[in-house]
Amino acid sequence: MTTSSEDVLLSVSYVRYKKGDGTLYVMNQRLAWMLENRDTVAVSHKYADIKTQKISPAGKPKVQLQVVLHDGTCSTFHFVNPAGAEAQAKDRDQVKMLLQNLLPKFKRQIDGELEMKSRLLSLHPILKHLYEDLVISKVINSEEYWNTPTLKQYTESNNIKQEAGVSGAFLADIQPQTDGCNGLKYNLTQDIIDAIFKTYPAVRKKHIDYVPNKMTEAEFWTKFFQSHYFHRDRIASSSSKDLFGECAKMDDQAIASAMKHTTLDLTVDLPQFSEAGALDEEAEREHAACSSIHRNMIKRFNQHSIMVLKASHKTNSSNINNSGNSNKTNNNKVVENGMKETNGVAEKRPAEENSTEPPDRKRRILEKIHYEDLEDSNTNESVQELKLSKVERYVLGAAAPAAAPGGLTPPVSALASVCQAWAGGARPLRASAGAAVGALGELSPGGALMRLHSAACMHQLIPADVKNELQRLYLSAGELLRELWRSLPQPTTAPEEEGAARAAKFYDALLRFRNVKLRPFEEKMLRDLTPLATSLTRHLNQMIDTACAKYALWQQRRATLR
Amino acid sequence: MKLTVDGLLVYFPYDYIYPEQYAYMLELKRALDAKGHGLLEMPSGTGKTISLLSLIVAYMIQNPHHVRKLVYCSRTLPEIEKVLEELKNLMKYYEKSQGEIPSLTGVVLSSRKNLCIHPEVSREREGKLVDGKCHSLTASYIRDRNARDSSVPVCQFYEGFNREGKESMLPYGVYTIDDLKQYGADRNWCPYFLARFAIIHADIIVYSYHYLLDPKIAEVVSKELNREAVVVFDEAHNIDNVCIDSLSVKITRRTIDKSTSALQQLEKTVAQIREEDAARLTLEYEQLVEGLRDAALARDADAFLANPVLPDEVLHEVVPGNIRNAEHFLSFLRRFIEYLKTRLRIQHVVQESPAGFLKDVASRVCIERKPLRFCASRLTSLMRTLEIPDPSNFSSLTLVAHLATLVSTYTKGFTIIIEPFDDKTPTVSNPILHFSCMDSSIAMRPVFARFQTVIITSGTLSPLDMYPKILDFNPVIMSSFTMTLARPCILPMIVSKGSDQVAISSKYETREDVAVIRNYGQLLVEISSCVPDGVVCFFTSYLYLESVVGAWYDQGVVASLQRHKLLFIETQDSAETSFALINYIKACESGRGAVLLSVARGKVSEGVDFEQHLGRAVLMFGIPYVFTQSRILKARLHYLRDQFQIRENDFLTFDAMRHAAQCVGRALRGKTDYGIMIFADKRFSRADKRTKLPRWIQEHLKDSLCNLSTEEAVQICKRWLRQMAQPFTREDQLGVSLLTLQQLQSQEQQDKIEKQVIQK
Repeated sequence: MTTSSEDVLLSVSYVRYKKGDGTLYVMNQRLAWMLENRDTVAVSHKYADIKTQKISPAGKPKVQLQVVLHDGTCSTFHFVNPAGAEAQAKDRDQVKMLLQNLLPKFKRQIDGELEMKSRLLSLHPILKHLYEDLVISKVINSEEYWNTPTLKQYTESNNIKQEAGVSGAFLADIQPQTDGCNGLKYNLTQDIIDAIFKTYPAVRKKHIDYVPNKMTEAEFWTKFFQSHYFHRDRIASSSSKDLFGECAKMDDQAIASAMKHTTLDLTVDLPQFSEAGALDEEAEREHAACSSIHRNMIKRFNQHSIMVLKASHKTNSSNINNSGNSNKTNNNKVVENGMKETNGVAEKRPAEENSTEPPDRKRRILEKIHYEDLEDSNTNESVQELKLSKVERYVLGAAAPAAAPGGLTPPVSALASVCQAWAGGARPLRASAGAAVGALGELSPGGALMRLHSAACMHQLIPADVKNELQRLYLSAGELLRELWRSLPQPTTAPEEEGAARAAKFYDALLRFRNVKLRPFEEKMLRDLTPLATSLTRHLNQMIDTACAKYALWQQRRATLR
Repeated sequence: MKLTVDGLLVYFPYDYIYPEQYAYMLELKRALDAKGHGLLEMPSGTGKTISLLSLIVAYMIQNPHHVRKLVYCSRTLPEIEKVLEELKNLMKYYEKSQGEIPSLTGVVLSSRKNLCIHPEVSREREGKLVDGKCHSLTASYIRDRNARDSSVPVCQFYEGFNREGKESMLPYGVYTIDDLKQYGADRNWCPYFLARFAIIHADIIVYSYHYLLDPKIAEVVSKELNREAVVVFDEAHNIDNVCIDSLSVKITRRTIDKSTSALQQLEKTVAQIREEDAARLTLEYEQLVEGLRDAALARDADAFLANPVLPDEVLHEVVPGNIRNAEHFLSFLRRFIEYLKTRLRIQHVVQESPAGFLKDVASRVCIERKPLRFCASRLTSLMRTLEIPDPSNFSSLTLVAHLATLVSTYTKGFTIIIEPFDDKTPTVSNPILHFSCMDSSIAMRPVFARFQTVIITSGTLSPLDMYPKILDFNPVIMSSFTMTLARPCILPMIVSKGSDQVAISSKYETREDVAVIRNYGQLLVEISSCVPDGVVCFFTSYLYLESVVGAWYDQGVVASLQRHKLLFIETQDSAETSFALINYIKACESGRGAVLLSVARGKVSEGVDFEQHLGRAVLMFGIPYVFTQSRILKARLHYLRDQFQIRENDFLTFDAMRHAAQCVGRALRGKTDYGIMIFADKRFSRADKRTKLPRWIQEHLKDSLCNLSTEEAVQICKRWLRQMAQPFTREDQLGVSLLTLQQLQSQEQQDKIEKQVIQK
C-alpha cells in the first residue's frame, strides 16, 4: 500500500498498463498505478523523475497517456473506460490537467548537464563501469569523477556530432543465405538501406516512386538484389522492364556532370598531358567504344567508390562548416578523426574543396617543388589539433565485429590512460626516433621484453568473466593512478597547496580502491583460480605500489622542506 | 646558398643541399666544359631539376660566349610547369642576393590549346580544333581578305601582336603559361605567337619533346636555335620511343577513306579556282619553277636545323616537273592513295623494306621516288595557294603525304608492315599499314649534331650503357647517382609466392591460373589492410587488369578489398581516369584510404606522382614486358640485333625493367617521403632482372627480401611502417643526406661525394 502520509488527489479506474487493468492514482508526490484487486503498487513514478507527459492525439482509437522519465524510459497508460471514448478522454484529460499543474512544482533544477551525464554513462559502458567502481563504491566522489580528463574528453568533444560515413563494402557485406530450397535470403538492416540510399540517390528516388504504391517494400528489394547494382558482372539492361535500368543511366549522367564540373588539378589532368596527340585520341575513343563485361564492371567499381566517397563527403562537409564556425576564434583547424601530422615532415594536407579560395590548378605543382628539408624555415605555423569524438575508437582501433569481447583489451585500455596522462601533463622529453624504434622492437613478440610474458597461455587460461573483471579493475586503477601522478607536482615547479591536497585525496582514494575492490578480487581469485591468482594482479599491485612509494617519498620531502 | 662547383660560383636557392645534388652539378659542369653530351641518372625527388637549372644558369651568366641558350625539354605539361616554377624560384633568389634579376629571359612554349586567349577559340578543349580555328583567323590570305573587306573575322590578338609585338622584346624574367597569357591579355597580343617569336631570343626555353624531336613540328618551331645551346631532356627514360613514334606512320582504312574525300574536295576547289582565278595557280606554278628557294631564303639558311623529313637536297632541288601543276599533283596523289588501298586489300601479313615498297610503287602505278619525296612540301604549298581555311580536316591527307615523303627519303632503319587484322580479333578485317621507324637515333641524330651539349637525364635510366647504343651517340659523361638516406625510406621487396607457396608470376603460361590470380588478390588485400592511406598497383597490361578484376570479383577479393579501402581502377578513357584519380586523392586525403589499380606503360604510370600519403605502397604485379608477339617489335628487335649488337632478350628485359622501375618510383618523391615497393613476380629475383633496376632501388633490395611469401612480406611491412612513423627531423638528416655549406666544403665530404659517383 502507498505510504500513509500521501494524499490521493485523483484516482481513475479502468486504466490499462501493460495489458493489465488497474487504477491510476495521482498523488501528492508521485504517480502510481495498481493492478486490479491487488494492493501493491505496480508502477510508481515520482514527479521529480518525470520529464514530460504525452497524450495520444484526438481521434485515435486508443486513448493513452504517456509519461517520459528523465532516464529515457516511459510508461504508457491506456484509458479503457467502458463508458466509451468520450469518458475515456475525459478521464485522461483530468489526469493530464492535474499533472500539468503538478509537474512544474517538482521540476528539479535539472540542467542539461545532468542529463548529458546520464546519457553518457548509458552510452559508454566503459564509463559506466568506471562510475560504478569509483563513485558508487565511494572511492572518489562524483564531482572528482566528472573532472577527470577522460570524462572531460567526452563531455566537451561531444558537442560536434559526426555522422559515420558509408563503408565501401556495404553491398558486399550483405551475405545471402540459402533457404534450403533453391532460394536465397538477403538480410537487410536499416543501416544497409540507409547506406544504399545515401550512396545511390537514384535508388532512393525509385524507392519513393514505387513503394508502397506500385509494389511492396519486399518486392522492391528483391528487384534490387536482382539488378546490376548488386551483381556488378551483369550488364544493366535498358529495357523498361528492369526497374533499375534507367538508374544506371542516371548514375552515368550524374558522374558525367560531376566530371564536367570539377576543375581538374593540373597534375592529374591526363588528357592535357601530352602536347601532340590529336590522332591518338581518335583511335583511343574507337577502342573504348567496344564494351565488355569486365570494362563495364570496372566502370561500375569506379562509380561505386566515387559515390561512396561523395555520400560520406556530403555529411562531413556540413559538419566541417559547423565546427569551422564555432572554432574560428581559436584559429584552430579541426580535422575530424584525421591525424595531426606529428611527423613534422609530411606536407600540410590541402583544405577541402569547399574552401573559399578558387581551386588553384597549380597549387599541387607548387607544393611539389617545395623541398622543405632544403629550406631553413623552422616556424611551426598553424598546428592542427587532433580532435576525436570517440576516444576509445581511436585508442583501441575500430572494433571488429568478429573479435571476441575482451581479448587483449585490458592492458591496452590501461595504456590508453597512460597515454592520456602523458599528453595531459607537461610533456616529458621526447624519446629519439631510434630509441622509440628500439623499444617497439623489444615490445614486439620475440623482443627482449616479451620473452617472459606468456601472454598467449594466459589468454586461454582465464575465463571470460574474470577477464572482464580484470579489465574493469585496470581501467579504474589506471584512472586513479593517473590522477595521482598528475597531482604530484613537477620537479621544477614549486609545490602548491592545492596540488598537495589533491594528491592526498587521490592517494587516499587509491588505498580505498585497493581495499574495496582489488583485495576482494584477489581473494576471489585465490579461491577460484589458484595457480594464477597472484600473477594476475601482480602488475596492478606493482603500479599501485610504485605510485604509493612515490607519494610517500614526496610527502617525506615536503616534510623536510618545511 | 652560394657554392662553388669546380670553380664556378653557383647560386642555389636553398639553405641546404643534398650531397648527390652537388655531385650531379659536378658531373654536369664537366659535360658543359667539354662541350659534349651527357647521360645522368639520379633518383626522383632529389631535386634534379633545380640542380640542373642552377648550374646551367650560373654557367650561362659566367660564360656567356660558350653557352648562349638552354633548351629544357620535358614530357608532360605538369612537368613543364614544375620546371618553370623552379626557374622562377631561382631567379627570385638571384634577385634577392644580387639586388636585380639576371638579364635572362625564360619562356615556355606550348600548344595553341594552352596558350590561346581568344574568347571563342580558347573555349575548344581539343587541340586540333583550336589549331584549326586559330588558323582560320590568322592565315595570311584571311588577313589579306580582311584588309579588303573588314567583315572577314580575324583574331585581334594576332593582329595586335603583328603590329606592335614583333619589335619589342620580352623584359627579363621567367614567363609561365599563365604569365604569357596575362602579358598577352594586357597588351592585346597573342601569347602563342608571342612565345613562338620569343624563343628565338629567349635564353631559356622550356617546352615539350615534340618541338625538338618531331620533325613536322621541329621544322616550324625550333629551326632557328643556335648551336651554342644546352639541350636537356628530362624524364628521358622513354626518349627512344618518342623518337620512333615521331617518325612512324600508321595508315588504316579510315585514313584512306578520309584522305580520298579530302582529295576530292581539293580537286573541286582547284577546278573552281581554275575557272575564277587561274592566275593564282599560274603564279604558284611559276614559284615552284623558281624552286623552293625563296622559302629557303626566308629561313635563315645557315642556322637551319637539319630536318630528317626534308633532307638538305630537297631544299636545294626544285620540285620535279610532273607535280608542279596542281591538277597533276592531285592525280598523282590519287594514284598513290589508290595504290595504298590495293595494298591494304590483303589476307596475310606482309613485311617489306622501304626500297621494296618503292620498287613496287614504281612498277604498279609508275610513281618514281623523286616526286614522292616532295609530296609533303608540295601539299603544303597547294593548301596555301588554295586558301584552305581549316587544314585540320585534311589531317589524313597530310598523313599520307608524310608517308610518301618518309618512305622515299629513308631506306634504312624503317620497315613496312601490313596487317590484315588485329591479332586479338582475327575474324574482323581491319587492315593497317605500319610504316615503322626502328632506329631511334634517326630523330635524335640532328639534335646531337646540332647542339653542343645534350643532357639526357631521368630517375630511371639503368642500365645506362643501353642508351648510347640505341640513340647512337657518344657521351662524355655517364653517371648514376644514388640517394643518400638517413633512414631506409624505401622498402623494395620481391614477393615470389603466395601464402600457399604457389609461385606467383605473370608468365604467359601461368597468368590465367586461378591460384596465381588469387594469390595476387590475397597479397593486395593483406597489404591494403596494413598499409595506411594510398596503395597503387600496376598490372602488365590493360587486358590483364580487366581479366584479373573479373576473376577477383568472382573470388570475393574485391569485396574484402572494399572492406579496407575504396577501389579505383584506371580505364582506357583518360577523362574518366582523371576523375577516378581525383577521387582517389580525395579518398586518401580524407583518411579513408584507397587502392588504385593501374597499368604499366599507361598514362598514370608515366605522368602521375603518388607522393607521401598518396602512395605508401606500390605493387607491381608481374614483369611489364611489352607485347612480344607484335610484328613491329619483332622487326625492331631484329634491327637492333643486326645494327647495334643488342640481343633481343637484353632489350626486352631492359625495356620491361625500366617500366617497372618507373612504376614503383612513382611512390617516392623526396627524402622525407617513404614507400613500400613490392615486385610480385618470381622472375624478378633472377640476377638478370634484379641488376637492371636503378641503383638506388637495388641498394635497398637485400638478398633477404628477394624471395618472400605474402605473409613474410606483410610482417616486414608492418615492422617497417612502424619505424617510418617515427618523427623524422632535420637533425637526423644533417650531415648524412643533407649538408650545410660548411659541411659541403669540408674535405672529407668532398671525397665522399667523389666516390659516390659511379662512372661508366
